[in-house]
Amino acid sequence: MIRLVQQIAAVVWKDLLIEWRGPARLSGLFVFAVAILLLMAFAAGSVEVMRKIAGGTLWVGMLLASTRSLDQSFSVEAEQGALEGLVLWPVDPLALFYGKALANALVLFGVGVALTPLTIAVMDAPIAGSPWVYLGFLVAGSAAVAAPGTLYAMITSQARGASVLLPLLLLPLVMPALLAASRGTTVLMEGDPMDQAGGWLGLLIAFDLVHWSLSGLLFSRIVENP
Amino acid sequence: MVNRPEHDGLVVRGLARRFGPRWAVAGVDLDVPSGGALMVLGANGSGKTTLLRCLATALAPHAGDIWWRRRPLWADRAALRPDVVLLTHATRLYEDLSARDNLLVWARLAGMTGLDPRAALDRVGIPADRTEPVRTFSAGMKRRVALARALLRTPSLFLLDEPLAALDPPGRALIGEVVAEQRARGVTIVLASHHPETTGPWCDAAVRLERGRVVWSGLPSDATSELAP
Repeated sequence: MIRLVQQIAAVVWKDLLIEWRGPARLSGLFVFAVAILLLMAFAAGSVEVMRKIAGGTLWVGMLLASTRSLDQSFSVEAEQGALEGLVLWPVDPLALFYGKALANALVLFGVGVALTPLTIAVMDAPIAGSPWVYLGFLVAGSAAVAAPGTLYAMITSQARGASVLLPLLLLPLVMPALLAASRGTTVLMEGDPMDQAGGWLGLLIAFDLVHWSLSGLLFSRIVENP
Repeated sequence: MVNRPEHDGLVVRGLARRFGPRWAVAGVDLDVPSGGALMVLGANGSGKTTLLRCLATALAPHAGDIWWRRRPLWADRAALRPDVVLLTHATRLYEDLSARDNLLVWARLAGMTGLDPRAALDRVGIPADRTEPVRTFSAGMKRRVALARALLRTPSLFLLDEPLAALDPPGRALIGEVVAEQRARGVTIVLASHHPETTGPWCDAAVRLERGRVVWSGLPSDATSELAP
């Protein structure tokens, strides 16, 4: 168990180091998400509409950034056959999955944190509810995209046209989580008058528990079946 | 399934592996005693790389058995993988990281914390203070870094797939030194090569593959260049 935790930590460190050493990738994700935010703000027209769509816009930006980030996460493994090298090194497939999923969730959470002040400023939508619950949505929402995203990014990384295939497979699967995250965030920005945010957050956490368990088991079976 | 093998080296019986309808390896038998070194010759597409990848447990065999230290290699792969190192065409390096960062990453993944990668990089002739990404290195330099990474481990079965490819004469000499060092440690070697005149003296036995089958076996000194197109 200790060895597994050490390997998970090593995989997280490796992936974050690769992101850090290639800052163009991170800034590309952020610029991509900001462009979506600005486009939606200008299309909205009025402050009332902007406030209503602010939560959804944040998650659309994060979702689209995540498909780029997840795709990159496995393209670096495929480039020189490192994924096979990791299996043979040997890195436990569970450590590989949970390490990569955690790193992907952290990158996505970072994009969400960086987008938050911009969303508040551009959409004129301050967080009227609890900022801690808002952070909870960012953590749980990032995790909801990262776990199945890591699984599908691994599967599609070996295929031609992986960057097209990944969103096609991932988007329908994470839609319930995104609806919960989007609605919950919007409710929080409106001050949560009906006390609904907790319910949406609970739904998101349940989604995370199911997908972090199932994706880990499936990943191990796929990576060990060459 | 063969009976328990007579020796504790590498025993391969009836190994076969296909990709789609094409058999890349079609019924290969090999015996490499513990501490021995086998040279595998053959033209491009003859099945050398597939054979080595099966021996490394990167590919599951579709038929046949591989035994290492009297244990079935594929069935016991989780336990035996730390014993086996494969040095192959793909460098398995992270191209955006420096050589030093790459070694640190792979060392940490193997549970070696606090490793100083300078010694390993010095050993293969790569200055440890080079901070540029591996992406900017030549093919030969990348192969040297991949060799340094392989040497972080202490395997008992060392598989080398065309280890001389892309290397300059000092790099080729380095591979020879590494093979000699590993053999002195009692490591078993299987080496695929197109250069029997260079790699032959490092080995005890040789086989030639053709269309996934062993069509010749003998002493490395008898392996002429016609056997290794």
